[in-house]
Amino acid sequence: MEKRAVFGNRLLPYGLLAPQVAITLIFFYWPATQAVRQSFLLEDAFGLGSEFVWFENYRTLFSDPGYYSTLWTTIVFSTSVTVVSLSCALLLAVMADREIKGATGYRTLLIWPYAVAPAVAGVLWIFMLDPSLGTIAQGLRRLGIDWNPRLNGTHAMTQVVLASAWKQISYNFLFFLAGLQAIPKSVIEAAAIDGARPWRRFWTIILPLLSPTTFFLIVVNIVYAFFETFGTIDAMTGGGPAKATETLVYKVYADGRLGGDLGGSAAQSVILMLIVIGLTAVQFRFVERRVTY
Amino acid sequence: MTSIIRKAALAAVGLALATPALAQTELQWWHAMTGGNNDVVVRLADEFNAAQKDYKVVPSYKGSYPDTMNAGIAAFRANNAPAILQVFEVGTATMMSARGAVKPVYQLMADANEPFDPKSYLPAITGYYSTAKGEMLSFPFNSSSMVMWVNKDALKKAGIAEPPKTWPEVFDAARKLKATSNPQCGFSNAWATWANIEQLSAWHNKPLSTKANGLDGFDTVLEFNAPLQIKHLQTLVDLQKDKIYDYSGRTNAGEGRFTSGECALFLTSSGFYGNVRGNAKFDWAAVPMPFYPDVQGAPQNSIIGGASLWVMGGKSANEYKGVAKFFAFLSDTDRQAKLHQESGYLPITRAAYEKTKASGFYEKNPSLETALIELTNKEPTENSRGLRLGNMVQLRDVWAEEMEAALAGQKGAKEALDAAVTRGNAMLRQFERTVSR
Repeated sequence: MEKRAVFGNRLLPYGLLAPQVAITLIFFYWPATQAVRQSFLLEDAFGLGSEFVWFENYRTLFSDPGYYSTLWTTIVFSTSVTVVSLSCALLLAVMADREIKGATGYRTLLIWPYAVAPAVAGVLWIFMLDPSLGTIAQGLRRLGIDWNPRLNGTHAMTQVVLASAWKQISYNFLFFLAGLQAIPKSVIEAAAIDGARPWRRFWTIILPLLSPTTFFLIVVNIVYAFFETFGTIDAMTGGGPAKATETLVYKVYADGRLGGDLGGSAAQSVILMLIVIGLTAVQFRFVERRVTY
Repeated sequence: MTSIIRKAALAAVGLALATPALAQTELQWWHAMTGGNNDVVVRLADEFNAAQKDYKVVPSYKGSYPDTMNAGIAAFRANNAPAILQVFEVGTATMMSARGAVKPVYQLMADANEPFDPKSYLPAITGYYSTAKGEMLSFPFNSSSMVMWVNKDALKKAGIAEPPKTWPEVFDAARKLKATSNPQCGFSNAWATWANIEQLSAWHNKPLSTKANGLDGFDTVLEFNAPLQIKHLQTLVDLQKDKIYDYSGRTNAGEGRFTSGECALFLTSSGFYGNVRGNAKFDWAAVPMPFYPDVQGAPQNSIIGGASLWVMGGKSANEYKGVAKFFAFLSDTDRQAKLHQESGYLPITRAAYEKTKASGFYEKNPSLETALIELTNKEPTENSRGLRLGNMVQLRDVWAEEMEAALAGQKGAKEALDAAVTRGNAMLRQFERTVSR
């Protein structure tokens, strides 16, 4: 059977593609080009005068020790968010993938947090973790832990990781649950008949069969932690204390929007763009290989 | 088809030409005021619109201070700037450096032939928004200063008769407070750098940076890593360990710690007045900021915070005439006095201050006069007239980062302030480079 679509008119396929191409060009390539152009300029906020400075913005950036500490913060932050949200989601998915009463209800409820806006998620967690108002914070104090994210960088980081990871759990849960349900029951039953206990069945059968899903989710979660946690961080810590929760994206905002340093901010955006391109490439190559697994 | 368009276009041009004689000139006013302050903005615009027919001031809320300023800048780049833009005090250097993008107020008033006497305004307030020669660049709108809010009930409980006046007295009082009613926080402050670097320097007549804190030129160099500021920060670091002092963040997000009773002594803006009046369930007062008695000449005078109104460039003479009329309207003594007494903003003219004083208002509301007493305590010097540093929003963040590092025990106070100065100077040089072309 012929799989290709055959168009009568040679122009029709181009016409059908045009809207998508136009959107991509206007909303993706044009701003990206602007960012690259801006990264070579030194300009005041009002755009009254600008100077072409070649790679000076990049040189300034790479000679700034603060940039490397922010990079490190970002790595710590995204790794923690990914690990926390993936493990919680996997646990919940395994629990929900059973024949229990009202399973559909639980599943639906578990998906809800995904609809919460990042800034709102931040505020919700502040209510629990704020050292003056938060209930959890007061509990910790009673246990003798001096919970103080206003000054303690580790506490502040814990706080933003929790809020960011919590928001992503639902998304991961959905994919894990779908992945679990796609595993043929016969394989698991066969293992059970051979005498494998649940724990062993999980590690030797379920987890390997789930690995394409897991890998996909790792990439998605890293991208999420890199780019979509801005609202949470802004609402909770504003990048502080002492840069302890400043990620690369937050720095782009702080330098460009608050600081009016458009050139430096654009240079950082270009670097972020390269990181995304790298992550996407890894995902496509790796996932494609894994799909035939 | 084309003839219809042409006809429509002609009709539109005809309309546009015919209407100016009838229609009012609209003056866009972009601001960052929320809640009760937003009501004040709207009411002022309504009153102005009702008082005359030629102009219509249209206020619109554009988000937080940085958001509003960025919206104005973006609109200017797109040739669509509002006539009036409210900009917070730390954006002053950025705005005044944008030659052509803004119209200085003294020029505006002169061109429009509106009555305008710079001497009738309080110099402690207008000085912040004027050139070294005293030419007013932007029109002060909501001004405040830093005061110390005191929980009198907690003081009484701790056996302290009078609110502390000096820093050593504050430290003593905080120790007692911690032992009695405030185990988590003896004293604290909002706006970490405004309190502990900027106001501290001005209040003790010490320079924040050269060239009169930047008022005399963008080639200013930071120099607040001096003994007084180091000593103060070191004391805070030491007291933080026992929660006699407890850090409350860079912005005013921690202000609730005063109204909830958690902190009994709290330095923040005098603009906190409305919030305290509404939410504090104890006897309170606003007293002047503490000072170190061993510093000669202290206390000097405090500096203002808040925002001013900038007139954007590239508008028609007619629009400028309208803005000038609006500013003259805002300067009216009765209006200023009323605005001050109702909103807690500082009055900007001497006459309005005198009038409020004469009416006996401050005897009933002494806390509203505290900021004015601080601002007019002495004739401002080079160190206390104000400050004008480029990239100020980011500078404050950098200083706060270093302070936080010191308070968390990662750095010594001197090391932290040295780093704040070095990093800040690099940013000032970058700013100087972008504006001097």
